[in-house]
Amino acid sequence: MTNVVIVGTDMIKFGRFPDRSIEALGAEAALMALDDCGLSIHDMDAMYCGNLMYAPHMIGQRIMKEIGQTGIPVMNVTNACATGAAAIREAWIGIKAGVYDTVLCVGVEKMPKGLLDPGGEDDGIQREGILGSGLMPCVFAEAGMEHSLKYGTSFEQFAGISVKNHHHSTMNPKAMYQIETPLEMVMEAEMISYPNTKLMCSVNVDGSAAAVLMSEDKAREMGLLNRAVRIKASSLSSDPYSQRNHALSDWNSVTRLCARQAYEQAGCKPEDIDLIELHDCFATAEMLHYENLGLCEDGQAGRLVDEGETTLGGRIPVNVSGGLLSKGHPIGATGIANVVEIVTHLRDEAGERQVKDARLGLTHVVGAGAACAIHILERIE
Amino acid sequence: MTLELSNDKCSVAPYLSVPNEGAPALIGTLCGVCDEVLLGVRVACGNCGNRKNLKAVKLSEKGKLYAFSVVYRSFPGVKTPFVSAIVDLEGGGTLKGTLRNVEQDPHSLAQGMPVDVVFEEIDQKDNKGRPCTGYFFEPADQDQRG
Repeated sequence: MTNVVIVGTDMIKFGRFPDRSIEALGAEAALMALDDCGLSIHDMDAMYCGNLMYAPHMIGQRIMKEIGQTGIPVMNVTNACATGAAAIREAWIGIKAGVYDTVLCVGVEKMPKGLLDPGGEDDGIQREGILGSGLMPCVFAEAGMEHSLKYGTSFEQFAGISVKNHHHSTMNPKAMYQIETPLEMVMEAEMISYPNTKLMCSVNVDGSAAAVLMSEDKAREMGLLNRAVRIKASSLSSDPYSQRNHALSDWNSVTRLCARQAYEQAGCKPEDIDLIELHDCFATAEMLHYENLGLCEDGQAGRLVDEGETTLGGRIPVNVSGGLLSKGHPIGATGIANVVEIVTHLRDEAGERQVKDARLGLTHVVGAGAACAIHILERIE
Repeated sequence: MTLELSNDKCSVAPYLSVPNEGAPALIGTLCGVCDEVLLGVRVACGNCGNRKNLKAVKLSEKGKLYAFSVVYRSFPGVKTPFVSAIVDLEGGGTLKGTLRNVEQDPHSLAQGMPVDVVFEEIDQKDNKGRPCTGYFFEPADQDQRG
C-alpha cells in the first residue's frame, strides 16, 4: 500500500468570530492549505470535513460552495473532540485504499461560550448536581483526582502544565492567547472543578485548520515531496471495557490502546518522538497522557512537570503550540490544528518555538464517549 | 430481580429501579462468563460480549469513595459547590453521584471512605409532571456498620 504524505497545511488564528459564518472560516483554512502546496480545488479527489456542533448541516458541502463546487465526494465527520483527527484518518484510509490520490481535510468549529452541555435524557430532569457533574471540567477533574489519589500528584503540578502551555503560546501568533500565566495566577484563578481552575480549562474559541493529503507516489510525481511530511501511523480506538467506565470516564485505556497501535505501525518507541501535541483539554488531562503515551513510567508524570521535561527545550516538548489550554479548542478543528503544528516543526518553520532537529512528531486527541486518535508524522529526509 | 419502572414516578438513572410498590433499588447485570458486574439491565456483557448467561442482580447500597471533584461552577440554577463522586459498590458496580453531608473540601475527603447510597425524591418533576426518584451518597453510618 502506498505511503500517505501531507503536502499542504495551515490554520487560521484561533479567536472569536461572531460575524463570520462557519463555512467562511472553513473556506479560509482550506484555501490556505491549498496555497501552502500550490494546488487548486480542481486537484482534489475528495474532501473530508470535521465539525461537531453543526454535524447535521453539511458543513463540508457549504465550504465547497465557498471554494469551488467540483462535485467531488464530500464526507462530514464527527467524533466528539477527536473529530478533526478522524477526518484526517478517513482521508488516509481513502488514499491507502487507492481510491483517491489527493484529499482535502478541513476542520472547523464555531463554539458556544462557557460550559458545554454533554446532552443526555430528554425528560425534563436536570441531572447535573444530582448525579454528580457530567460537565467536562469535572469529568477531567475526577480523572486527574484518580491519578492524584493514587500517586500523590499535586494541585501545583497540575497547574504547572497550564503555566507551561500558556508560556509556549506566547511564541505562537496563531494561538488565541499570548500571555504568561505564572503559577500563582493559575492556582488563584476561579476554581471550576477541583483541581481545575479556569486557567486550567481549554478555551472555547472559533477556528479552522486544513490539510491536503496525497499518496507519496503522486507527491513525488508532482514535485511536492520537499516540504511534505509522511504519515507514519494513523490510529483510532474506542474505549475498551474497563470496570469503572460507566461512572468515571476512562481516558487512559483508550489512549494506551491507540498509542500501542500507533507506535507499532510507525515502528518506533516513545523515546524516538521529538515533540508531541496532545489533548490538553484540561490541565489534568495532559498529566494522564504523559503516562498513557509512554513518556514516563506510571506515577512519574508529576516529575516530568517539575523537571521541565515537557517544556520547549526539555527532553520531550509537549504542546509547544500552546495547546488547547491557550491556543484554544475549536473542537472540529483541534485534531487538524495539532497536525499543522507538528508539520510546521518537521519543516523547520516554527520560528521562535521550533523544536530543534525535529524528525518525528505525534498528535493525540481524545473525544468524550470515547475515542482516541493518534498520528505519528515523519520528516522526509 | 428485575428493573421496575413505575408509571407515576420517574427514575434519575437507567440502573435505578423505581417500582410502584416498595423501595427503589440499584440494578446491575452479572455476567456468568467473565463475572463482571455491569450497571443496568444488559443485552450483552460489555466486557466479554456474552449474550446468554446474564443475570439481573440487586447492587449493594454500600460502597467506598474512589475518586471525586468539588464542583464550584455548573449550569445556572444548579447549586454549588457540591462533591461529584465515584463510588465502588461492595460486590461490584461503580456509580457516579453527588456526595452529601461532607465538608466540601478536597483535602477532607479520602479515597476508600465508606459511603451509603440513599434514595430520595428529588426536587424536580419530569416533563410528564411526575416526581423523580434519585440517589445520593452519604458518609456511612458507622454505628450501624457491623
